[in-house]
Amino acid sequence: MSKKHDTPLLDELEKGPFPSFVTEMKMAAKHSDMSNDLLGHTELCYKERVTHWKHGGIVGVRGYGGGVIGRYSDIPDKFPGVAHFHTVRVNCPSGFYYTSAALKEMCDLWDQYGSGMTNVHGSTGDLVFLGTKTEHLEPFFAEISSRGWDLGGSGSALRTPSCCLGKSRCEWANIDTMAITNDITQHYQDEMHRPAFPYKFKFKIAGCPVDCIASIARADMSIIGTWKGPIRINQDEVQNYAKKMNIQAEIIDMCPTGCMAFDGKSMKIDNANCNRCMHCIAKMTKALRPGTEQGATLLLGSKAPIVTGALMSWVIVPFIKMEPPYEEFYDLIDKIWEWWDEHGKNRERIGELIERLSFPRFLKDVGLDPHPAMVKEPRRDPFFFWDESDIEK
Amino acid sequence: MSLPDRQTDIGPPHYSKFLPPVIAKNYGKWLYHEVLSAGTMVHVSESGEKVYTVRAATPRLLSTDRIREFCAIAEKHCGGHLRFTSRNNVEFMVDAESKVAPLVKELNDKKYMVGGIGPRISNVVHTQGWVHCHSAATDASGLVKAIMDDVHEYFTDKELPNKVRIAVACCVNMCGAVHCSDIALVGVHKTPPRIDDNNVKNFCEVPSTISSCPTSAISPDPAKKSVKIKLEKCMYCGNCYSVCPAMPIADAKNDGIAIVVGGKVSNLRSDPTFSKLVVPWIPNNPPRWPEVTDAVQKILKAYVAGAKKHERVGEWIDRIGWEGFFRETGFEFKYQHIDDFTFARETFRMAATFKWS
Repeated sequence: MSKKHDTPLLDELEKGPFPSFVTEMKMAAKHSDMSNDLLGHTELCYKERVTHWKHGGIVGVRGYGGGVIGRYSDIPDKFPGVAHFHTVRVNCPSGFYYTSAALKEMCDLWDQYGSGMTNVHGSTGDLVFLGTKTEHLEPFFAEISSRGWDLGGSGSALRTPSCCLGKSRCEWANIDTMAITNDITQHYQDEMHRPAFPYKFKFKIAGCPVDCIASIARADMSIIGTWKGPIRINQDEVQNYAKKMNIQAEIIDMCPTGCMAFDGKSMKIDNANCNRCMHCIAKMTKALRPGTEQGATLLLGSKAPIVTGALMSWVIVPFIKMEPPYEEFYDLIDKIWEWWDEHGKNRERIGELIERLSFPRFLKDVGLDPHPAMVKEPRRDPFFFWDESDIEK
Repeated sequence: MSLPDRQTDIGPPHYSKFLPPVIAKNYGKWLYHEVLSAGTMVHVSESGEKVYTVRAATPRLLSTDRIREFCAIAEKHCGGHLRFTSRNNVEFMVDAESKVAPLVKELNDKKYMVGGIGPRISNVVHTQGWVHCHSAATDASGLVKAIMDDVHEYFTDKELPNKVRIAVACCVNMCGAVHCSDIALVGVHKTPPRIDDNNVKNFCEVPSTISSCPTSAISPDPAKKSVKIKLEKCMYCGNCYSVCPAMPIADAKNDGIAIVVGGKVSNLRSDPTFSKLVVPWIPNNPPRWPEVTDAVQKILKAYVAGAKKHERVGEWIDRIGWEGFFRETGFEFKYQHIDDFTFARETFRMAATFKWS
């Protein structure tokens, strides 16, 4: 396709060392009218300093209530190529690993049915195909699903679970994040494709408390790998580190619980006082490793600031073994969703619902015992509830 | 041409189909890793086998031709395997040290930015912006490009006291949850939505529009079969616009960017933390947002000068105090910095132990 629009403002963003999204749009525009108009459309947004996209309409593929986000321009006459510019969310494989053969096949299909533009990846983790027309949705879905791919979540449904790369390439993984993510995704296909929740629900699975997938900030349920028992120490390697770093200043003095000591010869850890923050392990990768009794901490409730302020997930299960077939885990999830379904208002996230109805009540209703690990401190006010059974009649 | 038979509810392909052989063989057996340079690291297995990873930045918004180019590089050097990181980098993995240099050379020759590993600035997590979103108060990809061009040396080479995670959200919905980043830019509005009474009547559900407002600023307007807004209660979050398209809030002259800093998601040393407001509003000044990149540089400069080794931005600020942060950066402290929303009370200083600025 020949150039259709002048883009002086966007052209400025092709200069400089960081890879340019404008260059990407121009590459796609070479063989897509849609992307050609996307360039002109974006240039106009830059010029007027305002977006020209309208609210999504309801579009999708047969039998699914999600996976496709409708997107329309508010100036379709000027830019007919982006009059419809819908997003298709394709469920990523766990860990974001691909083969070139699989990716190239998807690229060929997207050039045939869409704009040639993608997000690798969307914020939630989907392989996002950006920009197609309503009539191309069914054929694109038939092509990709027949090749073993499926759509991710959107709307008031389970969203595509995602994870860090875990045991595939990281020595700190306390749980098999990729296996768990794949299992959850397969277990809840119906909940993902047919929105029936009060609002969205996200799982993110991190192998350790470093949390490279940011699960504690952006997952309704954060599954974070952890361990019990002593940190494994290789004292010979400690000696090697002592030759190249100041262990006292960089490790011992920075330990948040003061549970470590180094006398110049060997390292000692008071494991009962360790809170497993990972600082020492992350800085002395050859000398220290997580303990061997491994599992996960389950935390619930995080979300972005809309509407009454951002929440971070908080502990609801201090320790759970996350091993197949994950029965205890799935039982708990089903109870949580049932409770949310019963009490949640439209567009109320699980974290907001617990805030509204109370955390103790949530714990009682889903059958979890209170534990000091669940709070930073006990309440400071004297206004607490009792059950009927606690009252002498 | 007839289409193949569609399948439903099959889920994604199993990841085991995509793992490089050295990864599949040593799955769960990794012993330790070492960062070799800004863009390379090695993981060593119990078996003695090693995997070398080379990381390069992408703009996330990729054309199919770019993905094909990544594929060609993967085929030439990595047996056709590649992966992406949660911060939009592409990673190429090889099983021998001798294969690293030719791979890095090809990436450099093709002008890719190799880096982002270790105590540096990795790639920016961001949203769609004007490229593809109806509620964007700013663009995301353009801001990312302007910032990363400006700080690229901290991606490819120079070290910082610790990692600095930068994120961009084009509105307060914050897809991608940027609210726990070392430095985050957030598109914000400064004016209330405008009500199109006729369209509210035709396209919106009045009760859900009213209940979408977190400050109860919206009430029914029965005469017009629409809604009205108590202007002094509106804090321009745009949640009503998400529910009711007849209440547009975008305002080219008054939309802009807020900067929040000091957040983190890891548990390393200190608990995960939300980012806090340091600049309430900077005008949208595309295509390069110079006022924003200046402010980011100011924060980085003060952090580099003041932080101890291993301290994240938030840990440094914790030590010197927020009054110290405003002193060191020179940002003006305004009424907007003092919280008057949900968690306000917890943020007031209930002690006499502040530092003079």
